[in-house]
Amino acid sequence: MAGLEIPSWDPETALLIGAILLEAFVLYVGYGGLERLVGPYLMDLIVGGNASAR
Amino acid sequence: MLGSLLSGPGFLGTSPEMLALFAGFGLVVGVLFGFFGMGGSFLVTPALLMLDYPAPVAVGSGMAFVFGTAVIATLKHHDLGQVDYKLGVIMITGTTIGIEAGRASVYYLESMGLAGGVISVAYVVLLGGVGAMVTRDALKGDGGGGVDHEATDKDLDEYEIPEIAKKIQQTVRIPPMVTLRGDVRVSAWVITAVAFATGVLSGFLGVGGGFIRMPAMIYAIGVPVPVAVGTDLFEIVFSGGLGSYLYGQGGGVNLGIVAPLLFGSALGARVGSAATAVVDADEIRVYFGGMLLVGSVAVGIGEVGSYLGNATLELLGLVLVIGAAVVVAAAVLYTTVTSLRVTRQQQTSTAD
Repeated sequence: MAGLEIPSWDPETALLIGAILLEAFVLYVGYGGLERLVGPYLMDLIVGGNASAR
Repeated sequence: MLGSLLSGPGFLGTSPEMLALFAGFGLVVGVLFGFFGMGGSFLVTPALLMLDYPAPVAVGSGMAFVFGTAVIATLKHHDLGQVDYKLGVIMITGTTIGIEAGRASVYYLESMGLAGGVISVAYVVLLGGVGAMVTRDALKGDGGGGVDHEATDKDLDEYEIPEIAKKIQQTVRIPPMVTLRGDVRVSAWVITAVAFATGVLSGFLGVGGGFIRMPAMIYAIGVPVPVAVGTDLFEIVFSGGLGSYLYGQGGGVNLGIVAPLLFGSALGARVGSAATAVVDADEIRVYFGGMLLVGSVAVGIGEVGSYLGNATLELLGLVLVIGAAVVVAAAVLYTTVTSLRVTRQQQTSTAD
């Protein structure tokens, strides 16, 4: 593996990188939705009152 | 001793204990990245090296983690209109060649049995150097060594091009010249040189390289700060993706490490980013600098332990690296919650 290489097509590695890409998208959308859903409730819980205090 | 933790039943060959550790460490790293705008990957590769992972796996998985983090952050910065796609595309070529040169160096050193040691020493120098710089600037009150979150709210026209960038733009006029956002006109060769140098660093250490690429974009190319941040991330998506692919072909990317790290860091980055709206990062940047310095010492201790075959020193190094990050992330969260409570009490008193 030493020495400069031109990348060759490798379906298994492409699938691996694709899985990381997919996870990133899912986390971005999932955590975004979760933040909207439970964010205000969590803020109330942590700060102990109205979340609009921010 | 540490290696025994790596095997066993679990997800993709990673034991449940290690999955929990990676997710937790990812959460901490995410909080730091979201809050300070840098340091997302500084500690991941050294920690993996100290956990006895082979150097190509530590660097390759660190790079794949950076790739995933950059995808998430770029989606956010794209929505804010802070990505110069022309600059990003020009940089991709230089960075990609640099990453490949760095990756080839890792495998070359690995074939001689020197990769782990050389990379650890490079991290000691890197963490120590950046840590000293951040601590010095924080003590001087410059607030340097990271992203100025308030600056990102300014109009691009309000940014002045640094003198050194103006000088480079006037001196190096090798065609083709390109015009970037913020009316910056610079030789494509300057952009490629900056991209190549930071690419080598990324490929060799498995870091995003933003802590060097961003200042380089600002001071060597003259790009406005918010555009430098957004474009850096956009560029890492492609170069980091390709770098991860190249490492992956050699078996250097372990999904059992990357998936839980990303799972934790994506959440942590949201929390850290939200905290910047409440707490001024400059107030606790000195702790961040201290964390990098402790990280530098910890990697040194771990490497000495590895050289002497002393498992206690290796464990101490690992505990220090993770512990320093946990302490600073906890300081960020504690300061944020305290500030929120004070603000709420003041609002309640005013309402009464």
